[in-house]
Amino acid sequence: MEIEPIDLEAAGYCVNSLGSAIGMPQLCDAWFANQIFWLVVALVAIYLILTKVALPRVSATLAERSGTISNDLAAAEDLNRQATDAEKAYEKALADARAEAQRISGEARAAIKADLDAAIADADKRIAAKSAESEKQIAEVRAGAAASVAEVARDVAAEIVTALGMQADRSTIDAAVSSRVKGN
Amino acid sequence: MADPVATTGVLTAGDPAHAEGLSFHPMDQFMVKPLFGDYGDPVYWYTITNVTLWMALAVLCVVGLFVLGTSRRAIIPNRVQSVAELAYGFVYKMIEDVTGRDAVKFFPYVFTLFLFILFANFLALIPSSFSPTSHIAVTGLLALAVFLTVTIVGFVKNGASFLGLFWVTSAPLAIRPVLAVIELISYFVRPVSHSIRLAGNLTAGHAVLKVFAGFAQVAAISPLAVLGVTAIYGLEVLVAFIQAYVFTILTCVYLKDALHPNH
Repeated sequence: MEIEPIDLEAAGYCVNSLGSAIGMPQLCDAWFANQIFWLVVALVAIYLILTKVALPRVSATLAERSGTISNDLAAAEDLNRQATDAEKAYEKALADARAEAQRISGEARAAIKADLDAAIADADKRIAAKSAESEKQIAEVRAGAAASVAEVARDVAAEIVTALGMQADRSTIDAAVSSRVKGN
Repeated sequence: MADPVATTGVLTAGDPAHAEGLSFHPMDQFMVKPLFGDYGDPVYWYTITNVTLWMALAVLCVVGLFVLGTSRRAIIPNRVQSVAELAYGFVYKMIEDVTGRDAVKFFPYVFTLFLFILFANFLALIPSSFSPTSHIAVTGLLALAVFLTVTIVGFVKNGASFLGLFWVTSAPLAIRPVLAVIELISYFVRPVSHSIRLAGNLTAGHAVLKVFAGFAQVAAISPLAVLGVTAIYGLEVLVAFIQAYVFTILTCVYLKDALHPNH
């Protein structure tokens, strides 16, 4: 065989002359001590890394995060409450304003109505006064007109009498005209 | 001669693949070798071997994830910090749910086991790597540590009433002695099943991968072999996590017995 044989004495009884495993290497007790030693080293290393550095750090971070989250949630709830309050206040203000507006418009309506009534009453009074005065004037005019008619009639009658070449007493003419006008 | 197998392709006698020079050494990947020096050099307990290398890489992964990854202590975490917090929360919740709130003081211990197994399993998926968790010496020590912890904590916390674990009061009195024997046997079998489950899964998976890879040397079936390697590799990714999870949750279950033996 051209293969260079390895030192079987040193390698132990788990390796054949070709450098391959004999049976299951897992069952080779020549290697147990080495594996156990390094396993213990590795486990102790991981344990120390975890307990000294990693776990306190991670748990602190997680606690800080949950604290931040609950704080933020509380703040959000607070803000939400404030927003609700603000909305309520706004709605109340709106309702108040609406009621106030209604009151003001009612008052204005009442005031306008009162003014209007007063103005109407005043106007009625003035119209009544005006119409009374007008009636009086009409009556005067009518009386004046009647008097004028009687005057004109007298004058015309006197002129006619004169024109007919007769002499007539003034009072006679007056009486005649008066009786004619009246008889009318 | 660097690698005698590669140069000759010689196999053990009687192997049918001998003629084509097909070589299968599915178990060679589990060999412990000194990192410095030659193949044949003796392996003492302190020798720096491939075991040392791959366990050190697992420790480095823990450092990378939990020391460098969380160094910002950010309220809004980046990806690495998220993963670290996720792993923390995962195991913390597991121990809280399975073992109980009073078991939280064992969290660093359980988390150490989980992280070591997880990273050793995943690092072993790197081609031509070494998988420490496929070795019964490693998983056996892990399981023995859990067994001793559970037993010692059980007796320290509960005194002699820890033996109530084996005396099933909910069963009829007549069959209690029989149950006690069964319970006792199952209690002592725990570390065996606990360790062999992990080592067996890892060994089987990696050996199958190697066998498929060996078949890839034959041109006619190499596409199938590569497909097989891919499929088994996917399965092994799952196994790497699931076995770490199973080992951890069983540790929690056993710890529960130590803390509350009467439940």
